[in-house]
Amino acid sequence: MAAVLEAVPPKAPLQAGPWRRAGRRLKRRRGAIAGLVVVLLFIAIAVFAPWLAPYDPIETSWSAIRKAPDAAHWFGTDDIGRDVLSRVLWGTRASLLAGVVSVSISLLLGIPIGLAAGFLGGFVDGLISRIVDAFLACPFLILAIALAAFLGPSLTNAMIAIGVSATPIFVRLTRAQVIDIKVEDYIEAARAVGNSPWRVAFRHVLPNIAAPLIVQSTLAIAAAVIAEASLSFLGLGQQPPSPSWGSMLNTAKDFIDSAPWMAIWPGLSIFLLVLSFNLLGDGLRDALDPRQR
Amino acid sequence: MFDYLAKRLATIVPTLIFVSMLIFGLQQLLPGDPAHVLAGEEQDPTVIAYLRTKLHLDEPLPVRYGYWVGGVLKGDLGESIRSQQPVLALVEEKLPVTLELAVMAMIIALVIGIPAGVVSSVGRGRWWDYAANGFALWGLSTPNFWLGILMILLFSVELGWLPASGYVSPFEDLRANLAAMIMPAFVLGNAIAAVLMRHTRSAMLQVLSADYVRTARAKGLSVPVVVIKHALRNALTPIITLGALEFGTLLSGAVLTEQVFTIPGFGKLIVDSVFNRDYSVVQGVVLVTATTYILLNLFADLASFVVNPRLRK
Repeated sequence: MAAVLEAVPPKAPLQAGPWRRAGRRLKRRRGAIAGLVVVLLFIAIAVFAPWLAPYDPIETSWSAIRKAPDAAHWFGTDDIGRDVLSRVLWGTRASLLAGVVSVSISLLLGIPIGLAAGFLGGFVDGLISRIVDAFLACPFLILAIALAAFLGPSLTNAMIAIGVSATPIFVRLTRAQVIDIKVEDYIEAARAVGNSPWRVAFRHVLPNIAAPLIVQSTLAIAAAVIAEASLSFLGLGQQPPSPSWGSMLNTAKDFIDSAPWMAIWPGLSIFLLVLSFNLLGDGLRDALDPRQR
Repeated sequence: MFDYLAKRLATIVPTLIFVSMLIFGLQQLLPGDPAHVLAGEEQDPTVIAYLRTKLHLDEPLPVRYGYWVGGVLKGDLGESIRSQQPVLALVEEKLPVTLELAVMAMIIALVIGIPAGVVSSVGRGRWWDYAANGFALWGLSTPNFWLGILMILLFSVELGWLPASGYVSPFEDLRANLAAMIMPAFVLGNAIAAVLMRHTRSAMLQVLSADYVRTARAKGLSVPVVVIKHALRNALTPIITLGALEFGTLLSGAVLTEQVFTIPGFGKLIVDSVFNRDYSVVQGVVLVTATTYILLNLFADLASFVVNPRLRK
């Protein structure tokens, strides 16, 4: 007996787990890494905006109205003499916050509903699916505009409106994934040993469907950033005088012939942030879900 | 065929019912008493009392929903609080403008998106594949209202070639109409082109590796013939279906584009009514949009059903 035990070879080197392998694949994708770096840069700007901004973002100056970019104001000033650079830096906060908070709302609502639909099946699934169809029939931004209109214009309500409007995608994705894997042996086994349905759902199913949810979340943040900018551009998001890229563009469009710099920088910031999240999302999809390539 | 049609129609009915509930439910989000909110700043007691009876606010919620749906089914989407016009009349007045914009945008998207997708799939890994993918990323990441502003800056302010705003009906002056619509249509089509390019590329990549394409090549047919006659034709089915789904993006985008170029369409109607607190117009517009979207998807499904014999079995 002892001899047999000794014959067991020393612990075999562990194979790298799926997450580590995905991490390695992600590192090889230059676009995704560039996206990640820019996202981190924007997060740093949002956190350190008070120290980075050269001026108060809401302080007006009647002696510096629509000044072209110069040494004192790198990005120029706006129609009431506010420093555009400071407003762009502070505006990062509204955009990132909107992106992350709205997608969190979508996840918090979408995952449990999707799990319920996929797991319970039958009538519950049919009901949830029809409601999801109804939500998806309303174009994303139009639904968000309608929700924001009825809730009242503010950044918080814009985030709720965007989050709720984006929820159906997550319900659908979670449901499809659950239906795919609920017939797998390890799920059957987890059920057979007597785990409660919710424990099976959250402990055994959720970790195994996390990859596509992470990918979708990253791409959804990109969409949410554009949606917040769109709502603010229409006047339904961040309210003046608080800075947000969308509302800056709304003002800028009236001064396009006399102060084009007012329009360049906020738009470029939205573009860069959205592009980075899209690059990161595409890279994550390739790294985490090789089947979808 | 009829089985499929019946099944497909059967799923639409509950979806439409839920859509109507969702849109009716929006009203419940209004803070406080809807009659007070709708009465505007004057808060005239007679107006409030009138609104109470008109909207059946004293009745329970399901009864109010019944009244509302009953009206909708008879073509009564309510009345604008501001202009006193029926919502349906407003929608009918604005819809053609947006439809023209949408059709022009879709044509631009198809003309750019599908060839870009084909070229990039055929030259997978070459520089033009990267260029096409770069274009798609640009299209997906650029907020269209910003692109609109930049185009006004270039073509209207700097070069003076095109008007920055001002809509002219095509029946009045077609040239002026096209001059006013080409920039917004391009702005709107740009994002859709990006999506279509991605769909086309992945559908083509799948088809290009199929046996019949290899056979066609082996037979000695030239690359363009194989790509266009054999591959693209088969890849078109998923592109049509997915393209129909972009109708929502088109309308969402139209809201912003119409705002930038001051085009008096559907999108401008919804934004103006939001700011006028003209809630029945908002509800009516969302209802019309959602219903159109559902019907369009139905047609797309039926079209791919007719085009693709394999689905008919």
